[in-house]
Amino acid sequence: MIISVASGKGGTGKTTVAVSLALSLEEMHSVQFLDCDVEEPNARFFLKPQINESLTVFTPIPEIDESRCNYCGKCAQVCAYHALAVLKDTVLVFPELCHGCGGCTLLCPERAIKEVGKRIGVVESGHAGKVAFLQGRLDIGQAMSPPLIRALKKQMNPGRTVITDAPPGTSCPVVESVKGSDFCLLVTEPTPFGLHDLELAAATAREMDIPCGVVINRASLGNGDGKVRDFCAAEEIPVLMTIPFDRKIAEAYSRGQTILEAFPAYRERFLELFERIGKIES
Amino acid sequence: MKQVVVISGKGGTGKTVMSACFAALSRNSVLADVDVDASNLHLLLHPEIRERHVFKSGRKARVNPDKCTACGVCLPLCRFEALVEDSEGKVSVSPFSCEGCGVCFHVCPVQAIGLESRVSGEWYVSKTKYGPFVHARLGIAEENSGKLVTEVRKKAREIAEREGRDLVIMDGSPGIGCPVIASLAGTDLALVVTEPTPSGFHDMERIVALARHFKIRVVCCINKYDLNLENSGRIEKWCDARSIPVVGEVPFEVAIPESVVRGIPYVEYAENSGTQEIRKIWRSLLDLLS
Repeated sequence: MIISVASGKGGTGKTTVAVSLALSLEEMHSVQFLDCDVEEPNARFFLKPQINESLTVFTPIPEIDESRCNYCGKCAQVCAYHALAVLKDTVLVFPELCHGCGGCTLLCPERAIKEVGKRIGVVESGHAGKVAFLQGRLDIGQAMSPPLIRALKKQMNPGRTVITDAPPGTSCPVVESVKGSDFCLLVTEPTPFGLHDLELAAATAREMDIPCGVVINRASLGNGDGKVRDFCAAEEIPVLMTIPFDRKIAEAYSRGQTILEAFPAYRERFLELFERIGKIES
Repeated sequence: MKQVVVISGKGGTGKTVMSACFAALSRNSVLADVDVDASNLHLLLHPEIRERHVFKSGRKARVNPDKCTACGVCLPLCRFEALVEDSEGKVSVSPFSCEGCGVCFHVCPVQAIGLESRVSGEWYVSKTKYGPFVHARLGIAEENSGKLVTEVRKKAREIAEREGRDLVIMDGSPGIGCPVIASLAGTDLALVVTEPTPSGFHDMERIVALARHFKIRVVCCINKYDLNLENSGRIEKWCDARSIPVVGEVPFEVAIPESVVRGIPYVEYAENSGTQEIRKIWRSLLDLLS
């Protein structure tokens, strides 16, 4: 089973929930953990994995063979991303705009284009206790994370209990991370920000036809979690767990401790959470 | 006219709270929410929308099932795993995977594939009690957030120039990818809001490197600094070694999320050491920009 942990809003506790769930399950299940937040992979601060392998990830970008090119302009015409511009006697390539679709290379009538690899980041793998750990790390200055997330997910083993930590937001990196999951766990907090972004995240999961459930973190904040619960009831999304607002949890987090290390009683609660997900999913 | 962007790398460190305070403290600014993916600043600024614009971007392939002959030519050429074969070999497009490159459209021998341009969001020009506000909403599960950020920024600058406003204040998005890069390009100053946690610190390192990669001047502030004084000390030292000014340290205050629940910029909700610190940060930004 593949469970994605997502949120819409950043900083609601995705990593806390994903890591705690993985550690709670490690004794009974064969767990694989994927940190798909490749722009800011942070699960390692809490899982403290030993990394054994690092794989450099490249995306293909066009390279023009000027000796064959007759500047016909076909490549620029077919490129949907404006990554090529053909001038009178030269072709400009803008690698940061290229999606690596291969269209220019395929359609060049003079076969004057070949593809070369552009490094975008690394996929690292190792172990954290019994949890198999994988993370992607986007190089600084690279704009596009989806190809790196795809490379990371190639190493996913759906035969295991897979937990993925998704990036915040609702656009392409989130879609790429969550795609193919059996269940999407949405972590929110009872603030207008948390609720607004939960609505977006829930709509994303619905659009992708993935069943979802909610964890309300910092549930006792402000006026409490009434509005979040009302939304979930109206949308028929189950609230699967709540975690109270507690400065001690935030302090533990600031020391790189999981909620399980600081409050061992939570192990039972995360096991219950997993059981509930299993019941919905089956 | 100057532009300042509030960023963080890590989500949830307090970018929007900080941006709303700057909106409330500023006298002559244009406000822009450049977190188009999960925008929140409107929840504190309560805009009255004056203009709505459609954001059209990107295309998706669509197969006409009556024309598809199940020849299979397109299938191996799609790099995004967006083409799905049914039991008869006919092809359909998975909309969440298609990046609109058009390779299938170009290679289809019977012209069974079309490319449809799509509305992928909306952007707005609004009035708030703090000044004009440009914001947006990217459609669910859409791409091209960087282009929408560029659109929002363009409009905000245009308003600033037209109305003689001297500053554009931008609430940025988390991460270091395409929307963040789009929000940094050509900006005068980036304020990084961090927190004294391993993730906050590490993500600050990455976002500072990104800002410097694009040669953008960067300053830092620490939110919830008293959550872990040792880590806050490490962040200060790290910044100091790189000549990055730490322009303020805001304590961990329950009143901050409370102000968000009430939908009020924090400097208008409370008067305490935290709001004093935010006022100090604001003055530093103005000094640095002048």
